[in-house]
Amino acid sequence: MSFLEYAPAPESTAILNLKDSYGLFINGDFVPGHGTPFETISPATEKRIATIANANEKDVDAAVAAARRAYEKTWSKLSGADRGKYLFRIARLVQERARELAVAESLDNGKPIKESRDVDIPLVAAWFFYYAGWADKLDYAGLGAAPRALGVAAQVIPWNFPLLMLAWKIAPALAAGNTVVLKPAETTPLSALLFAEILQQAELPAGVVNIITGAGDTGQALVQHPDVNKVAFTGSTSVGRAIAKSTAGSGKKLTLELGGKAANIVFDDAPIDQAIEGIVNGIFFNQGHVCCAGSRLLVQENIHDEVVDRLKQRLSTLRLGDPLDKNTDIGAINSREQLDRIRELSDIGEAEGAERWTAECAIPENGFWFAPTIFDNVSTSSRIAREEVFGPVLSVLSFRTPAEAIAKANNTPYGLSAGIWSDKGSKILAVADQLKAGVIWANTFNRFDPASPFGGYKESGYGREGGRHGLAAYLKTGIDA
Amino acid sequence: MTRLAVPKTYKLYIGGKFPRSESGRTYEVVSSKGAFLANAAKASRKDARDAVVAARAAQAGWSSATGYNRGQVLYRIAELLEGRRAQFVEEIAAAEGVSAAAASRQIDAAIDVWVWYAGWADKYVQVAGNGNPVSGPYFNLSTPEPTGVVASIAPQGSSLLGLVSVIAPVILSGNTIVVIASEPYPLSAISLSEVLATSDVPGGVINILTGSAAEIAPWLASHADVNALDLTGAEALEWIDLQISAADTLKRVLAPVSGVPAATLDRIVAFTETKTVWHTKSLI
Repeated sequence: MSFLEYAPAPESTAILNLKDSYGLFINGDFVPGHGTPFETISPATEKRIATIANANEKDVDAAVAAARRAYEKTWSKLSGADRGKYLFRIARLVQERARELAVAESLDNGKPIKESRDVDIPLVAAWFFYYAGWADKLDYAGLGAAPRALGVAAQVIPWNFPLLMLAWKIAPALAAGNTVVLKPAETTPLSALLFAEILQQAELPAGVVNIITGAGDTGQALVQHPDVNKVAFTGSTSVGRAIAKSTAGSGKKLTLELGGKAANIVFDDAPIDQAIEGIVNGIFFNQGHVCCAGSRLLVQENIHDEVVDRLKQRLSTLRLGDPLDKNTDIGAINSREQLDRIRELSDIGEAEGAERWTAECAIPENGFWFAPTIFDNVSTSSRIAREEVFGPVLSVLSFRTPAEAIAKANNTPYGLSAGIWSDKGSKILAVADQLKAGVIWANTFNRFDPASPFGGYKESGYGREGGRHGLAAYLKTGIDA
Repeated sequence: MTRLAVPKTYKLYIGGKFPRSESGRTYEVVSSKGAFLANAAKASRKDARDAVVAARAAQAGWSSATGYNRGQVLYRIAELLEGRRAQFVEEIAAAEGVSAAAASRQIDAAIDVWVWYAGWADKYVQVAGNGNPVSGPYFNLSTPEPTGVVASIAPQGSSLLGLVSVIAPVILSGNTIVVIASEPYPLSAISLSEVLATSDVPGGVINILTGSAAEIAPWLASHADVNALDLTGAEALEWIDLQISAADTLKRVLAPVSGVPAATLDRIVAFTETKTVWHTKSLI
């Protein structure tokens, strides 16, 4: 279909001042790694961006030792007020370099610049600003008298919101008085390394934050390191399980933010215009690479046809392409591996009898792309209704009564998020009470805020990030004594 | 002529009923001096599974009761315990080999634990939850909710106080529990079940198994319909293996403690999930 034509409006990469290769950020300096370096590429072009050091066990040891030293000698001796001031500095530096960070993020991750510029990076700054203020107010957090830091925190983060996940992890850890060794995802290390430069500008004491790059084995070595007191992981449920096993009995405090298969429930009394936008935002935001994505649309049967037709119309107007173009709605899939998984599960969905519809759009020649796709008449037992696709693929199921909607929504081992669309407040609150999910959005979706706790029920993990609750993950409270 | 006493048969407590172990097994419970006290039921894997089914069936109803209601139900347990203290004094003194005064102090403490937690039922949400000042036109509220079905290993060295100290914080928020009682001191646990059965606690909310924790716990740790594993009394077991097993279904796990755990708000919150609800505010 023809819609408005736009001239290309690419954000310039001239704002970037990238190095050709990056070392590991240990004890305040970039140092070479002892593993085999790897390249990070732009998923939109498959072109190399930079060469990245690979941390082996020896490097992990060095990073944990630096964090331990910084904890003992510097960070634990600093007042809460001073810890807070460093975090405020970091928040300001992120704001100052926001555009540069947004461009780097879109380049390395493939997400549209309008998202990295307007969502990811502003939230990064907000996260540091929010937790900065907690650093000297921990006694007021309702987590017991004089709560204490845990020590060294090992943090492993995913590739879908690289810098935002870094902020979710580092800001509360430092506010609570811990030091950090963080490993960004293998495919998206760039913004974390620029963040390391920001830490240098902030003159954060050496070793308080160490950033080591590498693949799964680096992360494994980090979370299993005996001198780590806290492990925080965001990523797949299978890796989360493995971490829960490997840390069992170690005394390490563990928080896990894992997968999801959120239901987005649309009642027939919903504000339909907003609901259509909310459904689109729920699953096509960030190419669907969102653990809390509204990947299961549960629509009341009597409005099913109208909603699906309008969704198809709306999706036909989305623009897929260059992540750095300001008009792009759908960017690149983060990696070939992820693209293969999305394709595989989509093919299975079709084979299992769901009706597949894909928005018509030109797919660029290079890079990894997947056009927005809807599966209609999906059965509850279908794999695309049960497994996390982590891509721009929406499964549509229908229901007749609120009780049926609740039963279907809860029919999953996950429990991260859910959406409810209705103009009837009392219905929303009653349904929200019954949903087994850690975050519920009513007449909105995919909203994030540093003041708002985030995290799941059941196999979506445990612990909360954000808000007052997010501090508990990094403090020794009564139950850990 | 002295009257011949009528001894009690001690059975399991599952779904509000008192079944024998389906396995037909019992084990001999002896006093601190080695004298025979009773044959307690030795619960099996299937008994544990039956208990989980009962706990799951009771969970929705119990968690939808108001906090005020649950608080009164817990308080009523304290009232009934008070009335049957003589029986517990005798049982605890015989089993643990302590004086009547020490046994009495344990009952006092157990009653007070019920009362303390009863008062939390309509308050813990206020203290552990909060409104969140998000940057946008949204009403945003975080509230703790019960995590679901909790499997628990009671402290092994205490007849009554240890058991009560693990049950009360779990159920007050709306969880249901399958608890493995102290293996050497199971009789007070079953006597407590009789109190529970005649109190207002709905059947299935509290399920008590007697027998070998080492034998039963692995089945509960790996059970896919159990949401959390409370290892409080598992210090002497291979508890790390239990924790590893629980990781397969990502259960919340509380590590063992020595002795009887203190009554704390943390213990309540450990078995809750924080749910955050965002609601749009319209433009006016």
